Amino acid sequence: MTGPAPKPPSADDNAFKAQLITLIPHLRAFARTLTGDPTAADDLAQDAMMKAWDARASYQMGTNMKAWTFMILRNQFYSEKRRSWRQSQLDQEAAERTLVAVDDPEAPVALDELRMALNTLPEEQREALILVGAGGFAYEEAADICQCAVGTVKSRVSRARRALLATLERGGYARDGKAAGDAMRSILADADRLSGARQG
Amino acid sequence: MATDLSMTEKPDSSQRNPAVPSGEAGLEEARLRQQAIGVKLRHMFDEVVNEPVPDEFLDILRRADDRAGKGGA
Repeated sequence: MTGPAPKPPSADDNAFKAQLITLIPHLRAFARTLTGDPTAADDLAQDAMMKAWDARASYQMGTNMKAWTFMILRNQFYSEKRRSWRQSQLDQEAAERTLVAVDDPEAPVALDELRMALNTLPEEQREALILVGAGGFAYEEAADICQCAVGTVKSRVSRARRALLATLERGGYARDGKAAGDAMRSILADADRLSGARQG
Repeated sequence: MATDLSMTEKPDSSQRNPAVPSGEAGLEEARLRQQAIGVKLRHMFDEVVNEPVPDEFLDILRRADDRAGKGGA
């Protein structure tokens, strides 16, 4: 016996699956920021997707499924990491591979610098900043995902923002042939270009 | 939040960043920089979101569906 027998797919299952499929791109993006490695990220995102599918009976339709799946993915990441992943300082190499995946030829420099700087942040600050600053989650939702207090998320995000700015201004990460300040300059220029493109 | 940017000048030169002016202008400059970082951060995330999803994901989900559909072994 391996647990309860699977039941045939119901209308709820189909609705759940349709919604889960729309979340896959977001799960991949979140996984990529956690692992810093595209291959490991997709493995993680697939595991999380299947965990969510298997746990669909415990999900309440109409509640925030995106936050729910992100929490599953995050738990999966940390439990796997505790078990086996010794990805202490390998992030440098992983970051290099991630950079190659950037296919916007006009933007690579600024993105490189941002990724490098992100990798210098403590993990809990990085994830909080990603969830709120990039994933579009409210502080309350991010707190649910990280299973911590709202105030904790707020302070992590604010510390992350300050540290990131300081790092980018100082060039406080290993990067040969780059003057400090170049990173921030290219990010400013690139952000201008991006917001221009968004409005136009 | 501690904003001692406009407070006493620090004699320790290693603490000073010549790229950031002091006072009001410095705060405004810092705000603009934070904004730019925010734009880049979202762009970085959205770039992955906008990638096509590898077939593997849907294949795995379909296989799980088949298992459920057959009602187990």
